[in-house]
Amino acid sequence: MPHHLPEVASTFAPAIDGHIALIYVVCGVWLAAAEIALFWALFRYRRGASPRAAWMPADGARQAAWVLVPAAAVLGFDLFIEWDSARVWAHVKERTPRGNVEVRMTARQFGFDFHYPGPDGRLGTTDDVASRELRVPAGRIVRLEMESADVVHAFYVPELRLKQDIVPGRRIAAWFEPTRPGRYTIACAELCGVAHSLMQAPLLVEPVEAWRRWATQTGAIR
Amino acid sequence: MGDADGGHPMSGPAPTSFWRRYVFSTDHKVIAKQYLFTGVAMAFVGGLLAYVFRSQLAWPGEPVPGWGPVGLDEYNALVTLHGMIMVFWVAMPVLVAGFGNLLIPLMVGTDDMAFPRLNMLSFWIFFLSTLLVVASFFAPGGPPGTGWTLYPPLSTSGMPGAWGVDVLVLAVALEFAAFLMGGINFLTTAINKRARGMGMWDLPLFVWEEIIASIVFMLSVGPLIAGALMLLADRHFGTGFYDPRAGGDPLLFQHLFWFFGHPEVYVLLLPALGIVAEIFCAGARKTLFGYRTIVWATIVAGLLSFIVWAHHQFVAGIDPRLAAPFSLTTILISVPFSITIFALIATLWGGSIRFSLPLAWAVAMVAEFLLGGVTGIVNGSAAADIYVHDSYFVVAHFHYTLVPIALFAPLAGFYFWFPKMTGRMLDARLGLLHLVATVVFFNVTFLPQFALGMMGMHRRIANPAAFEFLREGMPLQELSTVGVIGLLVSQAPFVVNLVWSWLRGPVAGANPWRATTLDWQCPSPPPHGNFEREVVVRRGPYVYSPPGSAEDFVPQDAPDAERAGGGAVPSPLVQPAE
Ligand code: HEM
Ligand SMILES: [Cu+2]
Ligand SMILES: [Cu+2]
Repeated sequence: MPHHLPEVASTFAPAIDGHIALIYVVCGVWLAAAEIALFWALFRYRRGASPRAAWMPADGARQAAWVLVPAAAVLGFDLFIEWDSARVWAHVKERTPRGNVEVRMTARQFGFDFHYPGPDGRLGTTDDVASRELRVPAGRIVRLEMESADVVHAFYVPELRLKQDIVPGRRIAAWFEPTRPGRYTIACAELCGVAHSLMQAPLLVEPVEAWRRWATQTGAIR
Repeated sequence: MGDADGGHPMSGPAPTSFWRRYVFSTDHKVIAKQYLFTGVAMAFVGGLLAYVFRSQLAWPGEPVPGWGPVGLDEYNALVTLHGMIMVFWVAMPVLVAGFGNLLIPLMVGTDDMAFPRLNMLSFWIFFLSTLLVVASFFAPGGPPGTGWTLYPPLSTSGMPGAWGVDVLVLAVALEFAAFLMGGINFLTTAINKRARGMGMWDLPLFVWEEIIASIVFMLSVGPLIAGALMLLADRHFGTGFYDPRAGGDPLLFQHLFWFFGHPEVYVLLLPALGIVAEIFCAGARKTLFGYRTIVWATIVAGLLSFIVWAHHQFVAGIDPRLAAPFSLTTILISVPFSITIFALIATLWGGSIRFSLPLAWAVAMVAEFLLGGVTGIVNGSAAADIYVHDSYFVVAHFHYTLVPIALFAPLAGFYFWFPKMTGRMLDARLGLLHLVATVVFFNVTFLPQFALGMMGMHRRIANPAAFEFLREGMPLQELSTVGVIGLLVSQAPFVVNLVWSWLRGPVAGANPWRATTLDWQCPSPPPHGNFEREVVVRRGPYVYSPPGSAEDFVPQDAPDAERAGGGAVPSPLVQPAE
């Protein structure tokens, strides 16, 4: 499969890519082995080359071992993949660090609204500053507090390798540390109604200085 | 355990009126055909919907030839109905009800299902549900654009006036009622109506797979029915089961849905594997490798399937600490299934393989399913799922499992048992054309979707060109759509073959594949009541090429004296009745 993932733009993206690559390698080898075994058997044991079938009910352990041992190997690889998965998952999703920048995001049919803490430095107060785009500094930890105003939406930025559903009635936290200044697209990845197909918002990652200039000018941060 | 009643004709005299014979029939073979043909007809409906929305994806905004422009809400409805139809009105009726009805009574050597009238009722309720699912598209207030997953609040407060949602939920409910009746019939028949001498360990693997699938279905469907009732109550009676403002929780529905939804995919997979196993043994002239091991592995998989559901919700807002345990169970379920797949491959190993169309289709099923299986590990790993969740990688993955399950395996079964159903053989050249074209276009359709998914394409969007990061993928979109057009056209030789062979095909005889199971030991097509004499089972299901015997197969019911070439079958093969 000619795959290429979007160029990475967050600190944890390489870990996720690495994990996917690991699965590809392990599963690719198994897939190839199984396909080869299947087609080799078809070729090798065609009627012309094998006039009479062998008797292999495999109701004893000795014959059954031919499938049980590979299955045990599958188990081993499974546990290995799962171990790597748990490690990466915990890093991305379980330990949400405190952000250098904290933003509240509200998803609604069919857009995203962002709120910065404003002069008092606290989210959820009257002086919060609203924005239609998510502007963040490169190399700083961004913490999102996400809410939905109506149905289930999702925050998804391919280059960050981050996806998180936003469920009404909950405040769901997510974090990322962008690495590369640039303009990206936030897409909604959960079917949310008629215009789900179009629901998106810009993500702007800027060098720290430029970002700070914008943020203080607009009063987005203290 | 072998029930003494098993072989007695209890089905009474054959009905004579046209209506009782072909329409309101209680004969399992007629009901099987009704299910099969309804399912095949719906497959074309689901396929045509796929053609329409795939065309929109490849050429966004352009009117789709034969349909017209596709609006955004229409797109959502098309996708929803495609998914619903393919799972509940194609895969279920064909694999579970169609082949189950046709084969379970024949394979256990009895005259009909345990409850023939219930069986008829089951089909007609199913048929009603089929009309309803089609009607939901034209319902007042709008078609259901919820996705086949029906997540609230979109499906509740999100589309309040859309009667399409209600009609669809009602259709699904009726469909479940039909399959619950079917499941009761399958279990009772397999447990109580086996031919004399037939123990549970003499059942062909296909029957085991249907038994386990029926149990898994029955155990998992309850929560979803409850979930659907609460959904309807939220829509119409002002309750707030899924409404956080009223103290409810949208995630509740997701849990109930997937508690059913994940086992459901195994309900479909198991009969498909059963079909493949029957065909592999007959094709390789070799006994099934590790029969009991496969049955036990399948039971373990069935049990595990109840504790994997939250893998659909890793990033859905559940407690992140839940991800690792569900990821673990999900990935572990690959172990019992790998046992089954390895055993199937080992069944060919050392065989004396006769190539036939059914065998080729069964091989195609396994070869393609393997890719679906291994890509499931990517989705099942919580860490990788952060990226691939709700992406086209997932879409490609589940089509690499579901198309082999719901298309390749039934077609393998169709080419295999068509002689039993009709007494005639299908044409091999047309069949080969059908196979090659289907396999090629299937891959042309879905391989690009893996790449699109990795490129970042998310699901259920009508216009990929609206997203900056997806523009470079447009050529792959077109390729995939060309694939689906080819896939649909590739079914033409099958339709021609079906009609022509039914009328003109060479006469098959009772046992054209020289197979051992009881379904091949009665006339083709089997008369009303199936077996001409009482069946007495003397051995396990797959005595192919036994040592010390000149023949390469010994039917389950063949008396020892009848076996030419002589020589006793070694004792472990002659499994005593339990
Ligand atoms: C004719 C070949 C088929 C094609 C070209 C096709 C194509 C697709 C595509 C592109 C989607 C994703 C649409 C979207 O997310 O916007 C989809 C969804 C789906 N397909 Fe298919 N499919 C085919 C056959 C099948 C079969 C045989 C099954 C199952 C037995 C199936 C089950 C589903 C399901 C469950 C969904 C999810 C619907 C949803 O997102 O709500 N499809 N199909
Ligand atoms: Cu959306
Ligand atoms: Cu699942």
